[in-house]
Amino acid sequence: MSYQVNEKGYYGEFGGAYIPEMLYPNVEELRSRYLEIMQEESFQKEFKELLKEYVGRPTPLYFAKRFSEKYGTKVYLKREDLCHTGAHKVNNTIGQILMAQKLGKKRIIAETGAGQHGVATATVCALMGMECIVYMGEVDIERQSPNVARMKMLGAKVIPAKSGSRTLKDATNEAIRDWINNPVDTHYIIGSVVGPHPYPDMVARFQAVISEEMKVQLKEKEGKEDPDYVVACVGGGSNAAGAYYHYLDKPEVGIIAVEAAGKGIDTGESAATSALGKPGIIHGSKTLLMQTGDGQITEPYSISAGLDYPGVGPMHAHLFASGRGEFISVTDENAMKAGLELAKLEGIIPAIETSHALAIFEDRKFKKDDVVVVNLSGRGDKDLNTYIEYFNL
Amino acid sequence: MNRINQKLQEDHKLLSIYFTAGYPDINDTEKIIVDLEKSGVDFIEIGLPFSDPLADGPTIQESSTQALKNGMTTQKLFEQLQDIRSKVRIPLIIMGYFNPMLQFGVEEFCKKCQETGIDGLIIPDLPVDVYHDEYKELFEKYGLRNIFLITPQTSNERIAFIDSVSDSFIYMVSSASVTGSTSGFGQDTKAYFKRINDLNLKNLQIVGFGIKDQETFEQATEYAKGAIIGSAFIKYLNENGTSNVGEFVENVKALT
Repeated sequence: MSYQVNEKGYYGEFGGAYIPEMLYPNVEELRSRYLEIMQEESFQKEFKELLKEYVGRPTPLYFAKRFSEKYGTKVYLKREDLCHTGAHKVNNTIGQILMAQKLGKKRIIAETGAGQHGVATATVCALMGMECIVYMGEVDIERQSPNVARMKMLGAKVIPAKSGSRTLKDATNEAIRDWINNPVDTHYIIGSVVGPHPYPDMVARFQAVISEEMKVQLKEKEGKEDPDYVVACVGGGSNAAGAYYHYLDKPEVGIIAVEAAGKGIDTGESAATSALGKPGIIHGSKTLLMQTGDGQITEPYSISAGLDYPGVGPMHAHLFASGRGEFISVTDENAMKAGLELAKLEGIIPAIETSHALAIFEDRKFKKDDVVVVNLSGRGDKDLNTYIEYFNL
Repeated sequence: MNRINQKLQEDHKLLSIYFTAGYPDINDTEKIIVDLEKSGVDFIEIGLPFSDPLADGPTIQESSTQALKNGMTTQKLFEQLQDIRSKVRIPLIIMGYFNPMLQFGVEEFCKKCQETGIDGLIIPDLPVDVYHDEYKELFEKYGLRNIFLITPQTSNERIAFIDSVSDSFIYMVSSASVTGSTSGFGQDTKAYFKRINDLNLKNLQIVGFGIKDQETFEQATEYAKGAIIGSAFIKYLNENGTSNVGEFVENVKALT
């Protein structure tokens, strides 16, 4: 079985492009050209150069000595938090802005939850001198005001999404509506491995640089390209897709996906899609989805805005359904503790999203010689207020 | 013969009205349908509300949110429509997003449509390709017409495919937009209506999006068999309630 996308845009039974006809020309244009464009030498050259000179890649694969000692296994941290703008999100926005240019688009739109993808999009638009509009839920605008200010400084226009729960899901709806209304000159930079085909695959390919570097770095440090496990947090799942990408079809590498349990899976305030979701359609993709028995999409909850999404990318839905991936969910409380612990043990303050991935070591035991790579997807600066309030710092 | 196909043979321009089931009140469905037929509407599109209606502008979104708050569900709608065929003969089309149908069970949904006397479906996020490969046989088994959208950006090749898969009418979206967002039709839009008309498709075209009154209805139907009003009718219901929906229809049809 392959865990990559097939020629029809599906991962097993998940994926596809369930889009209104109004979006078809745009999505079809992208679908028919993205692979060819990505393989062009000039594209690859520019993409790699920007990742190196602008983003600061390769990011280190850091052996977390004290953390490893505490949990009795060998833990490496893939330091995506050291990317320009503070998270892995920029790998994708660099790729997509180059894609937009090749497609001759003049105007960029994006959705954002916590604001990390919005900032990463506003950043590359400033870099390329392109118009940038970011949709963000009204609720998120209030709770993530520093990122709103960053986007504005970078020249982006931030438009509040006022429908529904006024969070990430609704911001995505608004971005899709904008794209429907602007079918010719606009490219939609989706921030995760969600949305209609080819987005999940395209975003995964741009993020795949994470595992590509891991292979080289592990070879250097451990004498072998393959770790025993790769661990990543999953909201939509773009950092996870990048960290798993080159290991998907190597069954000897364990894949661990960590979702946000919120206040607990059975509390009604959770974002653990694999545990609570059923197959359905969200934002143009067939995937696992939190919904009512009547097929209405429900509101997720997590302390981390980046994991606060009622679906999951179709790649991850397939990893779950096929049993290839091990899915673990972590509560707000355990994630917050793990974030604080990493700060104290390693001098690294992680994003709360990432803290979920770090929290599994309390219960999920590994062998002493296991090599476990945790994708440290983002840094915690944006979450300081939440950490301060939570721990009365 | 399917009621939609019968209606399309009539020798005049057709007016279709959309409303969201469960709005403004949960129990308005039957009254709105009966009154719309009485006032001379040709088709009725019953909107099955969805939490995340991607192709709809604020007016229909808000009516959907309200309908869901009122307690509307797929099951509830079919219960409300149970005896509708003893009251009206007008073609009835359910317009809704695919996820609620998937959760209901697509075959069960089609079966219920047939039992209640629904004639067709409009499912904006079920693309023609997927329909053709996976659901066409099922819809046909239950006598349902599936109606597809085209836009000014749809290629002639794709229009030809949509035409070949369709057996009623083609829903011609007037401009690149979500519902309820245009005001009047410019030269480009009229040229697009004419271009599609000149393709001489096997299916007639009915224009939707941006029709709100008599003037836009007439513009839209110059080169098309009919037109659909949605958001403007929802706005009317919001402002005037359901006591006299005939008034809205009369204003549109006044001189036609």
